[in-house]
Amino acid sequence: MSSNNNPASWQLNCPVSIPANAEYVTLAHGEGGRLSRKLIQEHILASLNNEYLIALNDAAQLPKIEGPLALTTDSFVVSPLFFPGGDIGSLAIFGTVNDLAVSGAKPLWLTLSLILEEGFPLAILDRILESIARAARETCIKIVAGDTKVVPRGVADGLFINTAGVGELITPIPPGPATLQVDDELIISGPIGRHGIAVLATREELGLEPLPLSDCGSLLQSVELLRSGIGNQVRCLRDATRGGVAAVLHEWAEASELTLSIEERNVPVSPEVRGVCELLGLDPLHMANEGTMVIAVKPGAGTAAVEILKSIPETATAQQIGIVKSRGIVPVTIRRTLDSEQPLDDPLGSPLPRIC
Amino acid sequence: MKYLDEYRDPKTAQLLLDEIRRITTRHWTLMEVCGGQTHSLLRHGIAVELEGTVELIHGPGCPVCVTDQAAIDFACQLAQREEIVLASFGDMLRVPGSHGSLLDAQATGAHIQIVYSPSDAVELARKQPETQFVFFAVGFETTAPATALAIKQAARYRLENFSMIVSHVRVQPAMESLVQAPENRVQAFLAAGHVCTVMGYESYESFVNRYQLPVVVTGFEPLDLLDGILACVKQLEANEAMLENRYARTVQAAGNRSAQDLVQEIYQVCDRAWRGFGTIPKGGLELRPEWQQFDALLRFNKPAIPVFKRDECQSFEVMTGQIKPPECPHFGTRCTPESPLGAPMVSSEGACAAYYRYGVTTTP
Repeated sequence: MSSNNNPASWQLNCPVSIPANAEYVTLAHGEGGRLSRKLIQEHILASLNNEYLIALNDAAQLPKIEGPLALTTDSFVVSPLFFPGGDIGSLAIFGTVNDLAVSGAKPLWLTLSLILEEGFPLAILDRILESIARAARETCIKIVAGDTKVVPRGVADGLFINTAGVGELITPIPPGPATLQVDDELIISGPIGRHGIAVLATREELGLEPLPLSDCGSLLQSVELLRSGIGNQVRCLRDATRGGVAAVLHEWAEASELTLSIEERNVPVSPEVRGVCELLGLDPLHMANEGTMVIAVKPGAGTAAVEILKSIPETATAQQIGIVKSRGIVPVTIRRTLDSEQPLDDPLGSPLPRIC
Repeated sequence: MKYLDEYRDPKTAQLLLDEIRRITTRHWTLMEVCGGQTHSLLRHGIAVELEGTVELIHGPGCPVCVTDQAAIDFACQLAQREEIVLASFGDMLRVPGSHGSLLDAQATGAHIQIVYSPSDAVELARKQPETQFVFFAVGFETTAPATALAIKQAARYRLENFSMIVSHVRVQPAMESLVQAPENRVQAFLAAGHVCTVMGYESYESFVNRYQLPVVVTGFEPLDLLDGILACVKQLEANEAMLENRYARTVQAAGNRSAQDLVQEIYQVCDRAWRGFGTIPKGGLELRPEWQQFDALLRFNKPAIPVFKRDECQSFEVMTGQIKPPECPHFGTRCTPESPLGAPMVSSEGACAAYYRYGVTTTP
């Protein structure tokens, strides 16, 4: 196998420039001494400082809040670290914020753990930290605690990020997929599969034009608008990340023991995503999203939900895609070209491109 | 989408379906040769719609499904070696060999790299001269020109760290072997449009004359397929056997001459073991002697691998149209995409995968 000990040869598969005199993460940055403090002070705090983080205590001391809490955690291992429409930093913040938002919580605080690979350029780390800070500002979440580890070269893929997010649950809280009922209406907040295709096209250097853009972004505003507009009509929300929309529909079908039925022609898919999927034999319904959610609302509330979502640019192409039915032979069905209703399969592992 | 939605229009599809039903006076059995056509027929519900009118049986046209198990075993073995990276198309990775798939091998330390074109594997070899890259060259005449080009690129760069496991297969010998079998039920063929794009369709003239079976070159979209089926049924009802090209927007009679020349320059026809079928005379392509420095079999001294025969998998019966996937006793029970007994359940073009994916549990 090839090995490469030259830090300057870092391949990030992204349009990033590394200065000629670049500094790099070393194992000493993770060993708790002077270099560790330098890394925290000059890089992390320089980007992410706030009143909680500056204390540098072993645990963040946080104020009391009124309502019950929501807690979520996630790890981010995307390759490449930069992709059209985002990077691992913004992904980590938006991913955690979206998990809180679709759970009915107002995001408050976040912990951030960085696992860095020896040799990782500090200039690139700074860019990612800036992206984290920007996404945190945009979503009004504060990074209140963190951790940094450095692993030897070859042990990680540049940078891994782990987050934990805390939010305050706000009424009305979506009751969840177990409460789905027959005739409930299913909605998608925007074009599907954009993140999965953007990452794939960048990682594999497919050379596509126009370049597919990830939907990496916040769902916070959309969820707030839905809550204030038709909050009592919403049964459940879910950001359709790994496994795509198909995986969400299967999870909900399992939780509710009902059949979820969608219309292929109503599912929004951008021309770029559709083109790549046709070319490689992939199904957009199986591709990952990072700023697109599936919503189930009570019967008759679908039109209002779509109108609300269409009022902001992030979800301007929201569509009603199907309804909930009593349990048939299969958990999720899709109506395609000839109007025949067919099963929609649960994705099996990562989608693999076909031969011809 | 331009040039796609036009071939998926539900109203036109319904008109074609009605026309097929209107002119059909008896039960006809058609074989779609290509696995991509199988998936499209099931995905768009055409096979179900034609139930009782035209029976569609699924041919051997999935190159991943018919790749010899020994080739997969060899690929797994090479990928386990420290100095070798095996480059492969994605859909080869889940296909079971005698002792697991390439994905299984990867989980236990094998070096496997998914590539999107054979040239990508050449580029990898250029960038990492200390590593041996072996490309798993699988596919029909459709992919053979691209792998031939990769060989020429590797030769131009004088790469000594690039080779291929050549497992290319040829469609027409397989069709011949099918129609000559005593159990043959095929009354007409939907020929694989992609293969004909490269190879043309002139060579089917003698096939049609010899066996007196209609052959209709057909595309992959719902309207392409319905149009091809209608053309077959018209011939059968008129007791005719002709060669027709119903995929004229892509396929020319002579095909793509420069692609054919490239294949001719690099490969020669050989007998090839097809998974489930046994050896098909002239059923494959191998490197010509002057290019054999790129043959991984020779470079790495392929060892004799005892092949574990999976008797349970009825892929031969499926790929020759003797049974439909749901008729296999293991379909959906012991054999699923998560735990396949054979290749047709995991390949993205496999007939069993299509039935499983699109939930056809009865026999259309």
